[in-house]
Amino acid sequence: MGTDRYAAMFARLAARDELAFVPFFVLGDPSMDESLALISAAVEAGADGLELGLPFSDPIADGPAVQSAVTRALDAGTRISACWPLLRAVRDAHPTVPIGLLVYANLIVHAGVEAFAAQCATAGVDSVVIPDAPSLEQRWFAEAFARAGVALARILPPGAAASRVAEVARASAGYVYVTSRGGVTGADDTVQADSASVVAALRAAGAAPALLGFGIAQPSHVRAARAMGVSGAISGSAVVSRIGAHETAPARREAVTAFVREMKAATRP
Amino acid sequence: MIQSAYYGRFGGSFVPEILVPALESLEAEFLAAQADPTFGAELETLLSTYAGRATPLYQCRHLGTETGSRLWFKREDLLHGGAHKTNQALGQGLLARRLGKTRLIAETGAGQHGVATALTGAVLGIPTRIYMGAADIERQQPNVQRMRLMGAEVVPVTQGGATLKAAINEALRDWSASYESTHYLLGTVAGPHPFPLIVREFQRVIGREARAQFLAATGRLPDVVVASVGGGSNAIGIFTDFIPDPSVELVGVEPAGEGLQTPRHGATLQRGRPGVLHGCFTQILQDDEGQVQESHSISAGLDYPGVGPEHAYLQETGRARYVGCTDADAMAAFSLVARSEGIIPALESAHAVAGALELARSSARPLDILVNLSGRGDKDLATVLRYQAEGGNGGH
Ligand SMILES: Cc1ncc(COP(=O)(O)O)c(C=O)c1O
Repeated sequence: MGTDRYAAMFARLAARDELAFVPFFVLGDPSMDESLALISAAVEAGADGLELGLPFSDPIADGPAVQSAVTRALDAGTRISACWPLLRAVRDAHPTVPIGLLVYANLIVHAGVEAFAAQCATAGVDSVVIPDAPSLEQRWFAEAFARAGVALARILPPGAAASRVAEVARASAGYVYVTSRGGVTGADDTVQADSASVVAALRAAGAAPALLGFGIAQPSHVRAARAMGVSGAISGSAVVSRIGAHETAPARREAVTAFVREMKAATRP
Repeated sequence: MIQSAYYGRFGGSFVPEILVPALESLEAEFLAAQADPTFGAELETLLSTYAGRATPLYQCRHLGTETGSRLWFKREDLLHGGAHKTNQALGQGLLARRLGKTRLIAETGAGQHGVATALTGAVLGIPTRIYMGAADIERQQPNVQRMRLMGAEVVPVTQGGATLKAAINEALRDWSASYESTHYLLGTVAGPHPFPLIVREFQRVIGREARAQFLAATGRLPDVVVASVGGGSNAIGIFTDFIPDPSVELVGVEPAGEGLQTPRHGATLQRGRPGVLHGCFTQILQDDEGQVQESHSISAGLDYPGVGPEHAYLQETGRARYVGCTDADAMAAFSLVARSEGIIPALESAHAVAGALELARSSARPLDILVNLSGRGDKDLATVLRYQAEGGNGGH
C-alpha cells in the first residue's frame, strides 16, 4: 500500500521527536545519467523521504528555480519513458524511503490515468501529487490511484477554507502537502505564511501527517516548520538551484550532500 | 462552482488549489453582474460611447464575387483598440472593479489583448501589467508601444518558445501569488472555468449584432459563418447566437503555418490530442509523451498549442468544423483584402478570409458567407513587409 512507507517513516521519526526532511528533484536534472547519483547522495546524507518530479513543459505551479531544473532535464533529452526505470532504480537502491511523485495533470491524462497509476505501482512510487488538480478535479484521478495502491497526496495552501481543510483531511493519504506561501515554488529568506492553524485543523480532523513545502530553503525554516506543528519539510527550489549552480558532477553531488546534511540536522530537537 | 465547468467532456478548472477561491469568487461575481441591470448598462455605455459598438456589417464589393458567392465582413477591426478583444476586456475590467481588485494582469500574443487590457486599465483607472513573449514583442512592436503609451507595464517572457503559451504560464504564476488584489484578465475562451464562460458571454455581442444585421440586410440567415481560431474568442463570439440555427454552418479556421503535414503549425483542433493545458481539458498539440509543443503561425494571435474547450466540444458534436489556412494563404488573403476592399485586416482575420474564399471557390452553389473580421492589420505591417521581402518566409 502506498501509505505504508510514509507511516513507518513518520512513526520512526516521531519516536525520536524528529521532523522528516524531504528534498525534491526533477527526474533527469541535469541529465539522466546523473539523476540517480544525486538522489542517492541526498538519501545517504540523511533525507527521510523523496519528492521527485516528472519534467513537464508547462509547470505553472513552479517558480524560476524549478522551471530551470525542468528545462535542464528536458534539454538533456529526458523522456518520461526513461523516468520509470529511473524511479525503479531509486526504489531498489532505497527500499524503505517513501517516494512521492510530483506530476502535472497532462502527463497523467496523456498516458491514461489507469495506465499511469499502474506504472507508479510498478516503479515503487508510494504517492502522487498533482499540482494542477485541485479538489474540484480529483475525481478524475482518485479511483485509479486507489485501485493501484498508490496514495494521492493533496496540496493545501495557507488560509484554506475550513470546508476544504476538512475535505482534504478526509481524502488524505500518505501525507498532506501544506504550502508555506502563496504563489509558486521558490526559495525564500523567511517562511512567509503561518500554517499553524491549517496544521492544527488537519490534525483535529484526523488527516495524514503534514509536510510543509514551498520556500523552505534554510535550516531556520525547518525549525519554523516544527513550530507550526508539521511532521516534516519539503525543500525543492533550494535543492535544484544547487544543481544548477555547479559546473561538474562531483561539485553538484557535494553541494546536494552538504545541503541535505545541514537541513536534516535542523530536523532534530 | 455554481455553473458547470464542462462542455461535454472538455473544460474544468485544472489550477493549483490556491487559485480555486479566486475562480469561485470570480464566477459568483460574474453571475451577480449578469443579473444586475446597472452592470449591463455601464458596459453598454462603454461599448457604444467609448469603444464604438455596434460595429458595421459590410458586404464586400469585389472580394470573391468571381465565385458567385457573397462575402460579408463583421467589422470588429473598427472597434476601439483595433480588435474584438476590447469587448470582453471592458467587461472583465468592470467585473474586476466590482470584485474590488486594484491591479490587472493579462497575457498577450499579438498584443491586441494587451492593448485591450491596457485601454481598459486606463479608462477604469486600474494599474495594469501585461506578460508578453519576447518573440511576440519583437514581431508586434506597434502594439507594445501602444500598451506602454496607455500606461501599462509590458513584461517580456523568455521561457519556452517566448510566445503566448509562456506568457499565460507567467500570468498564472503571478496570479497565484497576487489574486487577493489582482484580477487576471484572461484574453480568450480558454483557461480554467469560469473564463471560457465569461469571455464567451462578453464576446457574443458580435454574433448577436451580426445576426440581426444580416437579417435586416437580406431577410435571411447566412449559409456559413467563418472565424479564425487562436484560443477561440472571436469565433465563439460570432458563433454563439447562430448555434441554434441548424441551417447555418459554422467554420473555424486554424493556422496551418507551414502546412499541416509539417510540425510547424498551430492547428490544435485538427492535429491535437485531448489533454490539460492552462487550466482546462481540451485539445492540445503535444508530443508522444504529453509534453506540450510549441506551435507556429505567422500570426502571433493564432500561435497557441491549446484552444478553448467549447471549440473542442463543438468539433466533437459536429456543430462546428475546423479547417486550416497556411501562412502563405493568409498572406495572399491579406493582400487581396487590402487591394480589393481597401481594408487592411489583421493576419489572424486574414486566415478567416482565406477560409471563406476557399469555401466560396469550392461550393457548387452561391453562398452567403459571414466572416468575422476580428481586427485590423496595422500591427502586422512589419511582418508582412518582411515576409514579402524574404519571398515568403516571414515566420519566426
Ligand atoms: C485580431 C485578432 N483576431 C483573432 C485573434 C485570436 O484570438 P481568438 O481566437 O481568441 O479570437 C487575435 C488574438 O490576438 C487577434 O488579435
